[in-house]
Amino acid sequence: MQVEIPFAPEQASTVSGEVDALYAFLWALTIFFGVLISLTIIYFAIKYRRRSESEVPRPVAGSMKLEIAWTVIPFLIAMGIFVWAASIYYKLYRVPNNATEIFVVGKQWMWKFQHIDGQREINELHVPIGRKVKLTMTTEDVIHSMFIPAFRVKMDVVPGRYSHVWFEATKPGRYHIFCAEYCGTSHSGMIGTVVVMEPADYQAWLAGGTAEGSLASQGEKVFQDRACHTCHFTGRAPNLVGLFGKSEVLADGSSIRVDEAYVRESILDPSRKVVSGYPSPSQMPSYRGISEEELIQLIAYLRSLTQQPASASGSAMPPQPAGGAGTGSSGTTTRNGNSSTR
Amino acid sequence: MADSHTASQYGLAHHFESMEQQREAGTLGMWAFLITEIMFFGGLFLAYLLYRSMYPNDFAAASSHLNWPLGFVNTIVLICSSLTMALAVYYSQIGKKRLLLLFLAITVLLGLTFLVIKAFEYYDKYTDHLIPGFLFDWEGPGNPQRVQMFYWIYFAMTGIHALHMIIGIGIMLVLIYMASRNRFTPEYHSPVEISGLYWHFVDIVWIFLFPLLYLIGAHEAH
Amino acid sequence: MGTEALEIAPPRTHYINVAYGVKSWLLTVDHKRIALLYLASVTLFFFLGGAFAVGIRLELLTPQGDFVQAESYNRLFTMHGIVMVFFFLIPAIPATLGNFLVPLMIGAKDLAFPKLNLLSWYVYTIGALLTVVAIIMGGVDTGWTFYTPFSTNYSNGNVLLVGIGVFITGFSSILTGLNFIVTIHTMRAPGMTWFRLPLFIWSHYATSMIFILGTPVIAITVLLLALERIAHVGIFDPQLGGDPVLFQHLFWFYSHPAVYIMVLPAMGVISELVANMSRKNIFGYKFVAFASIAIAVFGFLVWGHHLFVSTQSIYAGMIFSILSYAVAIPSAVKTFNWTATLYRGSISYNTPMLYAFGFIGFFIIGGMTGLFLAALGVDVHVHDTYFVVAHFHYIMVGGTIMGYLGGLHYWWPKITGRMYPEGWARFAALVVFVGFNLTFFPQFLLGYMGMPRRYYAYPDEFQVLNVMSTAGASILGVGYLIPMIYLIWSMRYGPHAPANPWGAFGLEWMTSSPPPTENFPETPVVTWEAYEFRPYEETEVVGGSGVEEADIPEPGPRTRH
Repeated sequence: MQVEIPFAPEQASTVSGEVDALYAFLWALTIFFGVLISLTIIYFAIKYRRRSESEVPRPVAGSMKLEIAWTVIPFLIAMGIFVWAASIYYKLYRVPNNATEIFVVGKQWMWKFQHIDGQREINELHVPIGRKVKLTMTTEDVIHSMFIPAFRVKMDVVPGRYSHVWFEATKPGRYHIFCAEYCGTSHSGMIGTVVVMEPADYQAWLAGGTAEGSLASQGEKVFQDRACHTCHFTGRAPNLVGLFGKSEVLADGSSIRVDEAYVRESILDPSRKVVSGYPSPSQMPSYRGISEEELIQLIAYLRSLTQQPASASGSAMPPQPAGGAGTGSSGTTTRNGNSSTR
Repeated sequence: MADSHTASQYGLAHHFESMEQQREAGTLGMWAFLITEIMFFGGLFLAYLLYRSMYPNDFAAASSHLNWPLGFVNTIVLICSSLTMALAVYYSQIGKKRLLLLFLAITVLLGLTFLVIKAFEYYDKYTDHLIPGFLFDWEGPGNPQRVQMFYWIYFAMTGIHALHMIIGIGIMLVLIYMASRNRFTPEYHSPVEISGLYWHFVDIVWIFLFPLLYLIGAHEAH
Repeated sequence: MGTEALEIAPPRTHYINVAYGVKSWLLTVDHKRIALLYLASVTLFFFLGGAFAVGIRLELLTPQGDFVQAESYNRLFTMHGIVMVFFFLIPAIPATLGNFLVPLMIGAKDLAFPKLNLLSWYVYTIGALLTVVAIIMGGVDTGWTFYTPFSTNYSNGNVLLVGIGVFITGFSSILTGLNFIVTIHTMRAPGMTWFRLPLFIWSHYATSMIFILGTPVIAITVLLLALERIAHVGIFDPQLGGDPVLFQHLFWFYSHPAVYIMVLPAMGVISELVANMSRKNIFGYKFVAFASIAIAVFGFLVWGHHLFVSTQSIYAGMIFSILSYAVAIPSAVKTFNWTATLYRGSISYNTPMLYAFGFIGFFIIGGMTGLFLAALGVDVHVHDTYFVVAHFHYIMVGGTIMGYLGGLHYWWPKITGRMYPEGWARFAALVVFVGFNLTFFPQFLLGYMGMPRRYYAYPDEFQVLNVMSTAGASILGVGYLIPMIYLIWSMRYGPHAPANPWGAFGLEWMTSSPPPTENFPETPVVTWEAYEFRPYEETEVVGGSGVEEADIPEPGPRTRH
């Protein structure tokens, strides 16, 4: 159900109309009960106004039936609203598999965006209509909150973790991005614009280009600069090829899926969850101090690593630690830049 | 039982109708207060549980550096003090002033013993640079930051507990003073009873703290 | 206006004139005098918080930041929130009206622990003074929610001092709650059974449950925050392995129930006003009474609805959403019962009743918009926008302050022994009603249009509604100043009040105005049901078959009065 209502931002995403419909319904309900009770009160107040100072009316007995009625009926209405609202919520926060991923880093007081193809933007985000876009977000400092009123989406951006939100824009235009979680002096200055474009325009914008190459290639550069390859492609540390999205067995026997959170944690705090078969605590130094953007580039790089890069072919063939995948062993975890993980 | 017709309305505050009512109010008040105390410590226990489940190994490593024999001795000391406190309450009920005084005094001594031992423990932590946020230095296994977090929770919990002990000892001293001035009678002894509730509560908190803080790593040591 | 003053009874000793001098007030253990101490303190803080609100509204008059600096604006809204929540709204009704009335209504001479009661005022004052010092030293800029890691690592305000102030003040709430619970349990007059208690007492009992269960949690949370700010060990800092969202859980575990601390006592006031101003027994007494308890209990289970967009699991979100709807039901039940109470009553239009009508109206809007916020899909959009601001002001200002003012007018004759000027009071109630709606209704629309809260400057399209809101706020401000003036005036010049000027029913009206220090000449023996204006034997059975025998309150042992 989709409705247009006054005093609402533009409906520019697939869910906007649905949220507005529920919102309109809730107002209708509010007005209904508000008018019902107000009129009843006014009617009683006039009809049973005090006519003499000494007047004392007879008591009126309560009514179990009425009590049950006005307990059960509001409860049923509330449960109806709950189901309706929860279904929208579920849709808002369950990110579809085939969404294009854009990485977001919040910082006092700006939004930094990184596209898979390598474009970077600050406080401005270009997206095409008709394509599902997933934002993977983190922050360098305090909690922020990504709020795009026209899309009816919002998600807090919390330091130390990645949060996700997705949308599919339906209408070209320029819309506000707000930071909705108070973040300090220029909180109200932490606003940006999402530019929704026709696919053709978007392609043109993409082509308008980047000097730095794709996000994965930027990640590869970080990987080289930090000399990660000296261990990770020589057998001293787990081979990273094809690892992303797989499960790994840890030293304590539990298993963990290699996702953004795990990669991030392993770079910052290598000893916390060591893969079985490697020394614990880990020999790897902590890369605390690496920037959030570099982390994202590394994640993009790992995700793109489906075969041994030529630059890293050292003397020894990489061994295959527990749970590790062979070089390009199967297609199941193969990804390209544009189709991202769940 | 308090019979409101005896001459001994001594100790009855002006706004109560009877000794019975006054005692009930006092006891209920203490229970309500203890509920707030549980909620107060509850916040700390929650933080403890969360971070222990997030960083089990670091917490175990940090815990193994605590002096569990001293903690154990302290546990025994407090259990004994609960017993002496209970005896003090009993003797106040039957009006044996000297025994009441004796057991209150022993309770105070046991409480002080606990604090002295605790002070030694704290001093050890100080010399080992294990005071969080203050020249903290950790050489052992585990991530020093997480270990520091453990010690921070350790100091917060045992520190607040020790504060309760100090307040408890203060209350005991007041009781001793009052008892020595013959303020308590078999009809009027609710201050002893109510203070007893508080004392037992503080002991029970320690009974939880001891295994949670000192014994995490115990099963891994062997 | 003052003509009735001539017919007044001979001079009499009551709690006000029993002793004079500063010392007789500062060292009093009389619950009525302590209530007045609190009344003075919370009024002071109300106007202090109000002054901050003036700053906020002036800044928001234009889209650009021009009235104050961004930094100052952040301090304004933070101090507005902290002062209003911790130093006005939470103690407003319980510590003033509650303190005054709980012993009177149950027929006791005082609260169970009079010295603790006095201590609670001192604790409040110390906490408040520390906060005032912090304000003078430049205030704090974290928002009243103190979210980490901003508050621990980034804020340059006096977080520590304010935190300690809030921590200390929390203990005054605990002491008040403890006192009420024990008093209500153990000090009811003979014959005053639980179901004969006025609903004001039930709501204060429920409030006290929250005081003693919730306040210690905020105390420890603020303490953790303060220690973290000193030591930086990382308990809430993700850089050091901590979890910033843990703080939000701990904070809202208290602060959501705290909302019910604010509104439950107001509901108790409204129950009294509706019943007494229509001289009727309350419709569905037990339902209204248990609704208070249900709100207090459920209130502890819904804190997660503040975290729907905080990266909390979506399934946790759903559970908190359902529970939030559960807490809405008892509120609805109360509203329906108040309305039904008016049926066949003898309804007076005196000022207290006008506030009660206003309360019910605001509470419907405030409560219903609560459903918007509990509705997950809608909350994602309106979370942290002006919609939320409007919603909680409808509950806290529209609900709590309306209840507070209504109650203050209703019991003013009892408290001071003087009548307030009725005409001015009705006028002020009307001004408050109009000003309030004009201030806060536009904010619902602003919120849905997307204006985030705590914004110092905003895009142009939000200006018209903001101007309306500021205009309304100035009317509202006048509406609050008028009672302030005439109530103070009436303390000296108002006509003397009889023991029961309203023809109301309840123990507090059965003693003189103002009451003597001991409240009653001798301990009352209660032989009547709550709000039994006429004997329940004369109960009207309305709607014939619709009423069952069990619905008529069964009288306990009694003698006819």
